[in-house]
Amino acid sequence: MYPGGEVSDSILECRKIRKDFPGITALDEVDFKVRTGEVHALIGENGAGKSTLVKIVTGILQPSSGTIAHRGQVVEFRTPLASQAAGIAAIHQEASMFPELSVTENIYMGHHLAGGRARLLDWRAMRARTRSLLQRLELDIDPDTTVRDLSVAERHMVEIVKALSLDAQIVIMDEPTSALSLREVRDLYKIIRQLRAEGRAVVFISHKFEDIYEIADHFTVLRDGRYVGEGPVSGTAIDEIIQMMVGRSLKQMFPKTQAAIGETVLEADMLSRPGVFRDVSFQLRRGEIMGVFGLVGSGRSEVMQALFGIEALGSGGGTIRIKGREVRVSSPARAKAHGIAYIPEDRQLQGAIVGMSIRDNVTLPMVDRLSTIGVLNRRREEAVTEEYGRRMEVKAAGWEQPVASLSGGNQQKVVLAKWLATRPEILIMDEPTKGIDVATKAKVHEFISRLAGEGLAILLVSSELPEILGMADTVLVMHEGRVAARLERAEATAERLIRAALGENS
Amino acid sequence: MKRLLKRRELTLVLVIAVLVAAISLRHPAFLRASNLYDILDDTAILFMVAIGQMMVIVTGGIDLSVSSGIALVGMSVGMLNQYYPGIPIALIVLISMAMGFVLGASNGLLISQAGIPPIIATLGTLSIYRGFVFVLSRGEWVSAHEMSAAFRELPRAAPLGITNLLLCAVLVTVLAALFLTLTRTGREIYGVGGNRVAARYVGISLKRIDFLVFTVSGVIVGLSGLLWVARYASAQNETAAGFHLPTIAACVIGGVSILGGTGTVPGVILGALFLGIVINALPVINLSPFYQMAIQGFVILAAIVVNTLVDQRNQRLMLRKRVL
Repeated sequence: MYPGGEVSDSILECRKIRKDFPGITALDEVDFKVRTGEVHALIGENGAGKSTLVKIVTGILQPSSGTIAHRGQVVEFRTPLASQAAGIAAIHQEASMFPELSVTENIYMGHHLAGGRARLLDWRAMRARTRSLLQRLELDIDPDTTVRDLSVAERHMVEIVKALSLDAQIVIMDEPTSALSLREVRDLYKIIRQLRAEGRAVVFISHKFEDIYEIADHFTVLRDGRYVGEGPVSGTAIDEIIQMMVGRSLKQMFPKTQAAIGETVLEADMLSRPGVFRDVSFQLRRGEIMGVFGLVGSGRSEVMQALFGIEALGSGGGTIRIKGREVRVSSPARAKAHGIAYIPEDRQLQGAIVGMSIRDNVTLPMVDRLSTIGVLNRRREEAVTEEYGRRMEVKAAGWEQPVASLSGGNQQKVVLAKWLATRPEILIMDEPTKGIDVATKAKVHEFISRLAGEGLAILLVSSELPEILGMADTVLVMHEGRVAARLERAEATAERLIRAALGENS
Repeated sequence: MKRLLKRRELTLVLVIAVLVAAISLRHPAFLRASNLYDILDDTAILFMVAIGQMMVIVTGGIDLSVSSGIALVGMSVGMLNQYYPGIPIALIVLISMAMGFVLGASNGLLISQAGIPPIIATLGTLSIYRGFVFVLSRGEWVSAHEMSAAFRELPRAAPLGITNLLLCAVLVTVLAALFLTLTRTGREIYGVGGNRVAARYVGISLKRIDFLVFTVSGVIVGLSGLLWVARYASAQNETAAGFHLPTIAACVIGGVSILGGTGTVPGVILGALFLGIVINALPVINLSPFYQMAIQGFVILAAIVVNTLVDQRNQRLMLRKRVL
């Protein structure tokens, strides 16, 4: 019983948690209460303090003040191990796996089973238990597979299995669906429901309202390191939650303005790559935002990569015309020369060089233009970074700050700034708002609108329906490598898009 | 990956078989049992030190100081034997390992406590330990006639059927293999090298593992210093100069990723054996030992290129998997 003496149904309760870092307060007297058998959504923009709270609960960070009560007892988690021993397991946002090791070993790292007087490891037992845990979740994964050979979804599942192997009563998932396809998300939901049915508590961090409304029972909202409110998910409107998160409403999420649509700049004619996509044709005009929708695996990203020359089209792969002139886009350098910019899906993997500074990232694609006889002009570099960094409202201590130290949303802004600085005419964006918070999302949307207004032709690839419906002038829907539908803004409805994406002809 | 590593070890066995076959085609004497035994005996120290090196590399570090460590311990015990020939040999063995422990622990402290990157820290101690050799010896050698017979006999004697030197190598190999596959700490070494952040999250002490691997490497280096000086019956200022290179090469050839996280004892043993055979074969095929360094470097580069190509292929496969 804690001071106050009241009986609590909570399994974990954080009271007035405060965390100060040099210069900033990440958490300011945050309350957070998790009950058994519930799925609890922890909601907040990037930088709201969710990850810090998770790190405190899992013993990775120590709170500056405040208390944590576990089953009514005040506890201190001085190490990750202490938190683990209390039955708390977290699936962290950043890859927390050992890619070179087997599934079994990933599950047991840190708590290998050992037996006998010599305390030697019992691999047979570990493998057998892993197998039975995998079976319990109906997962078709071989315990001996190396984790690097698993898909992103399978890795998430293995992390969940790991939590189960510890018999965790509280499973924390930090944005588990951001990298998953629709079907994989369904599988994940199923497992989460199973955990809940077993009486475990699941803390679920997500930016996606679909997730929250589909799976969560209860929510807590944080903003700028402060507790804003909580409540049951059913009976709370999206708009209400968004208001709590950012203090503004849904309509402002997609500030689409009508841009003047001009002449055709990009024409794709029967683009094909055997086994990946076939006969993809479309025309993109100045000022137009063309939404490209499709399930993961529909070939949409591959078409975009072909347009940007990352994997050039073979002979007979169709033709690409830019302003009526046929061009061969054999490499990203050629694409850049033709005025195409590409903002890839995975900003860590393909977009930003996270070890380098903001300035070096922004100016990287245009070093040749900023150089005089091969020597980089530092002043012009500064000026360009200043201009585009400002325009994108990158939040950073200075342009020398390494990109790795920025939040996800700000990293995305740097990638945007980097490509806009090349002054392209055609902009391809693959999932530009994936995994970033609502406020930054709105900012990115506003920016996309403005760019279209300035006459850029934009291809916007997205898996999020509201984004496509809210932003696109025309929508191209892909299914199994083919164009399944081409819709104007007025005729694009959520139902038609999904039907086309699933290959059902309406 | 496990299958891939298995394939790597199999490939190495084949390469070694072809190499031996090719050499013995022109020089049948090469295949004689006594010669093969000599090769093993000659390579014994490389086996041991390479295994210590491997544990360090698996954590993502590197130990450049092993060559100087061998020289420093070798010179110390050599002089000890020269001036106090009465000290029993068993005690000298313990002293050599204790000295190695101190040298390795110094590396370990610099890296785990002071946070200096391993390549820098051990580059420093590579130089410092070598410097101590000169300070200690004042530039003099300890030659064969200044050593006691028991001292010189230590690596050569074969009370158990194989030389003590080879016996040490076998012991180190077996213990390391057991340690790395059947103990928690052994597996945690792979965890730390595979993903330091994740390792911390599951409650592994990075400092403890970093300190441990350098210390283990140091103890092996200490023992090897004694065996080296006794076997060649001379302790010189240049003893084992440059020896860190073949130890790293043996790891790389054996499939240990220089980025950490992977590597097996059998792989390293095969890698070291390959190098041992190449070095021993040079005089047999009438190639000047002066080529030795160049050939060694060439083999290291070739192995790294192969590793990189394999890694790149894996990464491409992974990227493709992500996209689909």
